Amino acid sequence: MAEAKYETHDYDVVVIGAGGAGLRAAVEASALGAKTALVCKSLLGKAHTVMAEGGIAAAMGNVYPEDNWKVHFRDTMRGGKLLNNWRMAQIHAQESPDRVLELEEWGALFDRTKDGLILQRDFGGHRYARLAHVGDRTGLEMIRTLQQHAVHKGIDVYMECNLQRLLTDGGRISGAFGYWRESGKFILFKCKAVVLATGGGGKAWKVTSNSWEYSGDGVTMAADAGADLMDMEFMQFHPTGMVWPPSVRGILVTEGVRGDGGTLKNTKNERFMFSYIPEFFRAETAETEKEADAWYEDKRNNRRTPDLLPRDEVARAINSEVKAGRGTPHGGVFLDIASRRPADYIQRRLPSMYHQFKELADVDITKEPMEVGPTCHYSMGGVRVDADSTATTVPGLFAAGEVAAGLHGANRLGGNSLSDLLVFGRRAGLYAAEYAKSVKGSLAINNEQVDTYAREMLAPFETKGSENPYKIHSDLQDCMQDLVGIIRVESELKQALEIIQQLKQRSKNVKVEGNRHFNTGWHLALDLHSLLTFAEAATLAAIERRESRGGHTRDDFPNTDAKFAKVNIVVRQFDGGLRLAQEPLPEMPDELKALLEEKK
Amino acid sequence: MADQQVHMRVWRGDAAGGEFKDYRIEVGEGQVVLDVIHAIQAQQANDLAVRWNCKAGKCGSCSAEINGKPRLMCMTRMNLFQPGETITVSPMKTFPIIRDLVTDVSFNFRKAREVPAFKPQPKDADGKRRMYQEDIDRVQEFHKCIECFLCQNVCHVIRDHEENKQAFAGPRMFVRLAALEMHPLDTNDRMELIKQKAGLGFCNITKCCTEVCPEHIHITDNAIIPLKERVVDRFYDPIAKLLGLYSKKTSD
Repeated sequence: MAEAKYETHDYDVVVIGAGGAGLRAAVEASALGAKTALVCKSLLGKAHTVMAEGGIAAAMGNVYPEDNWKVHFRDTMRGGKLLNNWRMAQIHAQESPDRVLELEEWGALFDRTKDGLILQRDFGGHRYARLAHVGDRTGLEMIRTLQQHAVHKGIDVYMECNLQRLLTDGGRISGAFGYWRESGKFILFKCKAVVLATGGGGKAWKVTSNSWEYSGDGVTMAADAGADLMDMEFMQFHPTGMVWPPSVRGILVTEGVRGDGGTLKNTKNERFMFSYIPEFFRAETAETEKEADAWYEDKRNNRRTPDLLPRDEVARAINSEVKAGRGTPHGGVFLDIASRRPADYIQRRLPSMYHQFKELADVDITKEPMEVGPTCHYSMGGVRVDADSTATTVPGLFAAGEVAAGLHGANRLGGNSLSDLLVFGRRAGLYAAEYAKSVKGSLAINNEQVDTYAREMLAPFETKGSENPYKIHSDLQDCMQDLVGIIRVESELKQALEIIQQLKQRSKNVKVEGNRHFNTGWHLALDLHSLLTFAEAATLAAIERRESRGGHTRDDFPNTDAKFAKVNIVVRQFDGGLRLAQEPLPEMPDELKALLEEKK
Repeated sequence: MADQQVHMRVWRGDAAGGEFKDYRIEVGEGQVVLDVIHAIQAQQANDLAVRWNCKAGKCGSCSAEINGKPRLMCMTRMNLFQPGETITVSPMKTFPIIRDLVTDVSFNFRKAREVPAFKPQPKDADGKRRMYQEDIDRVQEFHKCIECFLCQNVCHVIRDHEENKQAFAGPRMFVRLAALEMHPLDTNDRMELIKQKAGLGFCNITKCCTEVCPEHIHITDNAIIPLKERVVDRFYDPIAKLLGLYSKKTSD
């Protein structure tokens, strides 16, 4: 019996990941009476959500009463180049204001308008000032509020516990298996439903804003259990990461800098974004510096600055400027707020940016421009889910937040991630709890399956090989950075695929030193499977989409292709390997189509 | 600073004991102590245990003592040290060792559970909630806490007195309690807890916590001292006692 061999717990719902989505899911499932466990790889409160800076997008209309869910829906769809799941985009735009207000009920303190309401800030691709925020540390406020609320609801939290495999019985979820990081001992959860809230896989790239946690676990566990992945070709390269010194390359610089008046410049002191306005956004984008600057104060009579085009557009523009020789010696461009806003305003609105540049780069952002360049930031793709319920294609398996695909289409707008976590985190908890209640009969744990997983996980201690897990990881990061980056081409993508296959072979010979007690080398060795699976799925999908759209740019197919506008690329396990399929987008109702066609 | 070799002394071991181990390693331009620890991990000691996440001073995971001073490893630049200087990295002293630089900080999560939750007053008549920026500025300062627990680590009430951990919540929890007490909408009463179980009286305001806070929260001046004043007003003010003047808050 597996129960006798391994520490075993019994729950209705197990939530994997304790960022915004996982916490919100656990709160909801628990409130509905489901016995709920929240399992996370780090300490509680340290997940990626804590690093989110800019804000939570929600059409509350506190600053611009004209704003409403329809405008937010339209912005989200257009930002995603219309590849979004329309129903998710609709639910998201409709429900996010309530989710923000709920945080206030739980103690969050957002910055205020003069009337005492929640203040909202400008961000890329959003027609109106829409992001509820706390300076530039909104994620911290959100995770702390949710964390404290969850703790007081008596949810069982398993910290520094890494779940690696899902268990199924007759195709339905029956549990999850993994290990405690501290003791290295295995742990088995028997449960009726699992909510994946594990985030993305951006740590497979070298220049990244993502931490060690972003190893693609959820995507991999889901695929291994038979679930569909979707849109894996769409990685978001955030336009503004730090570029200098080398040790901080990739650390995020919030879009709030541009939202609050900062502008991008090349070494010729040109505001180059005016040269990169795509046809798709021309009607809604300012053409002159004068109009762009006036827009900050008066949105009714001016159009948005091109500095705040969606992230994919801005990242590509920066890339082109650097390639054309107008970049800084460190390979970035300038982001200047110092010459445009008073020092006390900058310090009040962007305290952590001020701090970050001062301490890590010796740059005073109230006096000098920042140097920035694109950094791998967010995975639009992930596990395919039902829009309303977040159910994956495996019964009992739900997914919410970055690990899920659909809401953001080909490109995510800034601010739409934190709202995604709240809206779909809640729905995942709700539908997982309901599903758990509906499960009839008992679910079995396949003991042989569990023993096999345990043996696989211990292999790095017993192998005769001598591969260093850190070396394999850094080789993968080089491969993805160089060959599956912002600008892609078939020959390089195929080369990447070959390298990934070689790395998969090498990872079988990974050797770790020492014992199982908080052994970080072993932890990384075990994460290689998911890092490589994530990278492979992303590369395969990138080869399949022979067009350029959103976060996927092909040098060999530089334009959008109407044929690809109608399909998602789906990746699923078949016969021990990953297989591709093109599947049609769900048909959008006419009344929503009409919203997209309205000029403003 | 071009690539150059440094001498690092890193504490290795577990609850049973351990020792400082020496590593010589190349340091690159602009690096922080965490970069160097990662380089040691990748090149010389794959199993070196360390916590980290954001690498930008936002998550509070990589707390340690560097040359004896409590700091975040990700925000400590290598050029802070003299060329040729040996740099010592050890785990936080106040918490039990798990392994190498990783300590058991569950004390803080236990104390957090004891703090009664936020309990808001009713909404305005139109269903909205109004708060003004000037009324929340101070509480927002407290909400900047990244829970690195360096303040807990440096606090001498518990740093050298394990026995005090029962009856003392520590500066991090005082910041949390102050945030709730000063929240314009909160109605819960935590004064008894603050005085008794959280042990505010143990603090003799030496400001060690404020000095190590990477978020520059004025822990002593803005959180602890005002809480002490509230305790005095509530429990020791003879006039208020006589008149039975109590705050709007109720015990929960």
